[in-house]
Amino acid sequence: MDATRLIRKADCEWELPQSGAMRVPGVIYADEPLLRDMDDKVAEQVAHVAALPGIVKASFAMPDAHWGYGFPIGGVAAFDPDQGGVVSAGGVGFDISCGVRTLLTRLEVARLEAVKRRLADTLYARIPAGLGSTGALRLDTSEMDAMLVGGARWAVERGYGRGDDLERIEEHGAMSAADPGAVSEAAKLRQRDEMGTLGSGNHYLEVQQITAVYDSATADAFGLAVGEVVISIHCGSRGLGHQIGTDFLREMVVAAKGAGIVLPDRELACAPIRSKLGRRYLGAMRSAINCALANRQILTHITRQALREVIPGAELKLLYDVSHNTCKVEEHLVDGEPRELYIHRKGATRAFPPGHPELPAAFHSAGQPVLIGGSMGTASYVLAGTTLGMGEAFGSACHGAGRSMSRNAASRRWSGRKVVDDLAGRGILIRSPSQRGVAEEAPGAYKDVSAVVDAADRGQLARKVARLEPLVCIKG
Amino acid sequence: MQGLQARLDLESAEMPWEHFPHGADIGIRGIGASLDEAFEQAAIALIAVITDPGMVDAKASVTIRCEAPDEEMLLTDWLNALIFEMSTRGMLFGRFDVDVSDHRLDAIAWGEAVDRQRHHPAVEVKGATYTELSVALCDDGRWTAQCVVDV
Repeated sequence: MDATRLIRKADCEWELPQSGAMRVPGVIYADEPLLRDMDDKVAEQVAHVAALPGIVKASFAMPDAHWGYGFPIGGVAAFDPDQGGVVSAGGVGFDISCGVRTLLTRLEVARLEAVKRRLADTLYARIPAGLGSTGALRLDTSEMDAMLVGGARWAVERGYGRGDDLERIEEHGAMSAADPGAVSEAAKLRQRDEMGTLGSGNHYLEVQQITAVYDSATADAFGLAVGEVVISIHCGSRGLGHQIGTDFLREMVVAAKGAGIVLPDRELACAPIRSKLGRRYLGAMRSAINCALANRQILTHITRQALREVIPGAELKLLYDVSHNTCKVEEHLVDGEPRELYIHRKGATRAFPPGHPELPAAFHSAGQPVLIGGSMGTASYVLAGTTLGMGEAFGSACHGAGRSMSRNAASRRWSGRKVVDDLAGRGILIRSPSQRGVAEEAPGAYKDVSAVVDAADRGQLARKVARLEPLVCIKG
Repeated sequence: MQGLQARLDLESAEMPWEHFPHGADIGIRGIGASLDEAFEQAAIALIAVITDPGMVDAKASVTIRCEAPDEEMLLTDWLNALIFEMSTRGMLFGRFDVDVSDHRLDAIAWGEAVDRQRHHPAVEVKGATYTELSVALCDDGRWTAQCVVDV
């Protein structure tokens, strides 16, 4: 990115000054090398978002920002309905409520190493992954609607998981004000066979070891200790969310065209929060959040069964579940005044500070666990929300590494077989139905997640707590 | 993929398709002597994101109709209809016959049930986006139809 248009405000914070149609400035969090490597499209998209009606304070880009759809991936923006604020289907994205949850085994790595291969094979046999895989669960119309309202709470009530999982999920497992009536039949049909499936692309289930702790008090509160094993699941709302994204993006583009609104990029299509279309989208999008929460809850249940099959009596306690493609209503202080705002996070993780009322008592003094997924074969991180970050960027942090190389370039450069063999040589077992899928997700095709996390930490969006490294990765 | 692309170029020099890079995902482009062909080739490019289109046998057909305010939205509607049909039918497609006129599309897609052992699907496509979306008549008289797809 050309930094000459930017003003450096702090070590890891750059301002894109307000100009042209921008209603607010842009703010990009990155260190110098990350900023240099960022696509110029990020600044362009940050500026486009800054021009949307009702935007508050600034249009933000997180340290992992890259060229997205309308919004940058790694984009955060808040809108005020009292000021004509909008909700944007493109600003949430196709994979609504895609997110990460991390489960604590409290087992030592040595215990796991002895059964690693069997665990990899058992997880791969049990977890439906990749195109063409289907879940074991079929929902009829009324159960589908109950799931879309109840989220992970619905899943627990049906026997998938434990009641104490729920307080460790954003929204306590069920997003309120979901409206299954706003979800198309096409979207529900697309979800029919996909409950409890992992998906493909950058989605994964990973068995990881904790290799470093940076903040021991917070790590204790989170239940993280060096040398122990955790399991992380990265996936989203599956076909239902994808279809809702498709349906509403089209409807918002057509509505804009009908209203004579010229968008710099059709993907920015949006509707006033206080409009019929805006309300319908919010109802559908919240249903998709619940679908994602239910999906990760079912996958958690399958994972627990698989782990106990290999290690009888093993427990998996949920650390936390975060979603990184959402629009949520939250109260934030703006110039000292509390305001109810619609926060879009597109490829960005909520990072609530210590003492936030949404958090369970266990995290009251530590802050919210912020789960940052790496790519296959590289590290992942656990961070914690900070009071400063809450005031800076509406309590938001990065979500992952972000690609540095296109899928085509990656599949030309590496063979899936070689990637699997190289990782096996480092003790990391990959299980995937697709060699090309593995090549496209090769570790070298992603930015350095450690640099991204360091910039989030130095930019004080969230603070580093622990580093996780993979032992087993199930790829879709 | 390069080998596959080269082979297709040889086999059907008049109606190629290609992929182009996007930061997170992948762009697909169909090129043809007519709008119909460009839409057919864009569909082949979509399938090539998932698997080798040459590996998909034409065992069953699905009829698809779309209508949109303009030709560009008709392209995303067409691709999204294919994504929906593949997802809900558990199918892959390998051959297309498209008729576009006046922002309406009538098409038949031929394919078969996904066979994970034979097709080795690399990735599922979540949706066709409006990013880098264009349907255009080029100076050389050929049509191109392209957009980025989210995977």
